[in-house]
Amino acid sequence: MTYKHTSKTAIKGLTTNSSRSFLTILGIVIGITAIMLVISLGAGAQDLILGQVQGLGTNTIAIIPGREPTGPSDMSFLYSDSLKERDLIALKNRSNVPSLKSIMPTVFGAGTASYGSNAYQISIFGGTELMSEIFDLKPIGEFFSAEDVSSRSDVAVLGSKVAENLFDSDDPVGKKVKIKNRNFKVIGVLPETGGGSLFNFDDMVLVPYTTAQNYILGQKHFSRIIIQAENDSLVPSTANDIEITLRELHGITDPSKDDFAVQTQQDLADRLATITNALTYFLVAVASIALFVGGVGIMNIMLVSVTERTREIGLRKALGATDRDILSQFLLEAVLLTAVGGIIGIILGSVLAFLISIGLSKGLGVNWSFVFPWFGAFLGLSVSALIGLIFGGYPAKQAASKSPIEALRYE
Amino acid sequence: MNIIEVKNLKKTYHDGKTDTVALQNINFSVRQGEFLAIMGPSGSGKSTLLHLLGLLDEPSSGHYLFNNKNISSYSRDELADIRNREIGFVFQMFNLLPRTTVLDNVKLPLNYSKISEDKWDSLAKKAVEDVGLSHRMHHTSAELSGGEKQRAAIARALVTDPDIIFADEPTGNLDSKSGKNVMSIIQRLNMEHGKTVILITHESSTAEHAERIIRLIDGEIESDTKVKNRLTLSDEFVK
Repeated sequence: MTYKHTSKTAIKGLTTNSSRSFLTILGIVIGITAIMLVISLGAGAQDLILGQVQGLGTNTIAIIPGREPTGPSDMSFLYSDSLKERDLIALKNRSNVPSLKSIMPTVFGAGTASYGSNAYQISIFGGTELMSEIFDLKPIGEFFSAEDVSSRSDVAVLGSKVAENLFDSDDPVGKKVKIKNRNFKVIGVLPETGGGSLFNFDDMVLVPYTTAQNYILGQKHFSRIIIQAENDSLVPSTANDIEITLRELHGITDPSKDDFAVQTQQDLADRLATITNALTYFLVAVASIALFVGGVGIMNIMLVSVTERTREIGLRKALGATDRDILSQFLLEAVLLTAVGGIIGIILGSVLAFLISIGLSKGLGVNWSFVFPWFGAFLGLSVSALIGLIFGGYPAKQAASKSPIEALRYE
Repeated sequence: MNIIEVKNLKKTYHDGKTDTVALQNINFSVRQGEFLAIMGPSGSGKSTLLHLLGLLDEPSSGHYLFNNKNISSYSRDELADIRNREIGFVFQMFNLLPRTTVLDNVKLPLNYSKISEDKWDSLAKKAVEDVGLSHRMHHTSAELSGGEKQRAAIARALVTDPDIIFADEPTGNLDSKSGKNVMSIIQRLNMEHGKTVILITHESSTAEHAERIIRLIDGEIESDTKVKNRLTLSDEFVK
C-alpha cells in the first residue's frame, strides 16, 4: 500500500468517527494551548521587563553602598553611608575612570508633601539635571538645571499622583509645596508612568540631590551613584575601574569585604531573565502534565478503536493487507489525531496569548508586546506527533499482530 | 492442472492443557476451474478447512500446494500478497466496511495490490456491473438489502481477477430469493469466467450447484462425490 492510500485510509478512519476523534484530541489541544500560552506570556513578560531595564541605557552602571544585596528585599544599602562626596570626586577624575561619560549621585528618602490643606505621602528622589536624560523623563514645565543643583535650589518636579492629590485639577507649576517645613517651587510635573513599570515616578518628588541632602534628609552620603560609560562595550572595563578606584579610596584589599557594589544593567537584565525563565519552565512543566494526560486519552481511544475494528482488520488482512499496512494505518491515525490537536492548540494558544497581551496592555497601561513563540510551536507540534507515535504505537502493534482468522472471527 | 493439493492435512487447537483436533487425514485435490462444495454439520471442521485453503490460517501438519506453491515456506507478507492477487473471499456476514460506498468497498483489495491507481475505477465499476449493482454504486453499505450486500462482497472478491473464490456460507444470511440470486452469480463466475469456486454450505440444495461435494464429519472426509444432477440457475434474478 502506498503512503497516499495509507493516509487516505487513516483520514477516512478518523472522519467516520469525527465526534469521537474530536473528543480524543481535546486533551492534546488543551495541553498544547497551555504550553503555547505560558511560553508566549513568559516571553512577553521578559520582553517587557528587559525592555524597561534596557530603556535606562545598557551603558548605565549603578554603585550601591554597602555589601552586595542578597536579594530584592535587602534594604541594608539605605543605612550604609559608604558613598560620599569624596567618592564622587575620585570617580570624576579621568585618570581613575577614563571611559566615564557622566556621573550622577542620588539620594532616596520618604516624607510628606503638603499644599494648603492637602497632604500626601511621597518618596523623595534627589539627583542632578542628568536625571531627565537617564530616565527619559519629559515633564510638563521644566526640569532642574545644573545651577539648581550647585546652588541647592528649592525646586521640585512632581510625579503625576503627587500633583493630582495636592492640587486636584489646578496647574501646580509655579506654586509652592511644603516638604519638611520648607517651601519648594514646583517647576515641572511628570506624566503618568503607570503601575506596570519597573520605575514608577507617580508617587515621587524629584529635587536636586544637594537640596535633598542638606534640607530634607540631613545626610552627607549618597543612596546610589549612577554612571554612564562612553559606550556599551566599555561597560565592563568602566565597572572594573570604578571598583579599583573605590577600593583604593576605602582602603580595601580583599574584594569580598567591599563596602559598595557595582551593578551594570546587563547584570540586572541577566538576573531578571533568569527569574522569568525559571517561572516559564515551571509553568511549561505543569502544562506538560495536561499534555501527558491527553496522550493517555489517545492511547485509550486507539485501543478501543482497535478492539472495535478487529473484524475490519481481519477483513483487510484477508484481502491482502500486510502487518505493516495495518500498523501504518493505525499509527498514522494516531499521529494525525495528535498533530491536528497540536495545530489547533498552537492556533488557539497564540490567539489567546494575543488577546491577553492586548488586555494587559490596556488594563495595566503597560507596553506588553505579543510574542509568537516559534520555539513553543515547534515544541508543541513535535511533542504532539511524538505522543501520537508513542501512545498510538502500542495499539497499532496490537492491531497489526492479529492473525487474519482470529480477527475475522472476533465477535 | 490442480490449483489445490492437500496431503495429510491436520489442524489442532491448543486450549489450555487439552489439544482439540479440528481436522485430520485430509487428502484431496481441486482442478483449475472446478466448482467444489464442502458440506458438513456445524463443528465438522468445514470452516477451518476453508481458512486453511484460503491461507488465512496455517495447518498444524501436512502438505498444502496452492497453485503449485508449497505454502508452508511462505512468510506472512507473501501469504498476504497471494491472498490479494490469487484469492477472492465471500463471507457469510458480508464484512463490508460501514459508512463506505459500494464502489469504495469494492476498491478495498486494490489498496493492497500493485495495480496502478488509474485503473482502479474502471476495474471496480466493471466488477460492480458484473454482479448487477451499477445502480447502487454510490450507496453506502448500510443502504443495501442483504442480497445486495452479498453481491457487493462478490464484486469485491472479483476486482483483482483472482483464480479462485472461497465462499463461506454465502447464502446463510439471505432469504431464499436473494440466496438463489447470489448462487446464480457464483455459478456464472465458475461456468463463464472459469473461476475455481470452493463453497461451504450446510444446505444440500445449495451444494448441488457445484460439480463435486466433499462431506466432512468430525474433522475427517466422509465422502467425496460428483454431483449427478447439477442445479443450474439462469441469470434472470440478476436485476
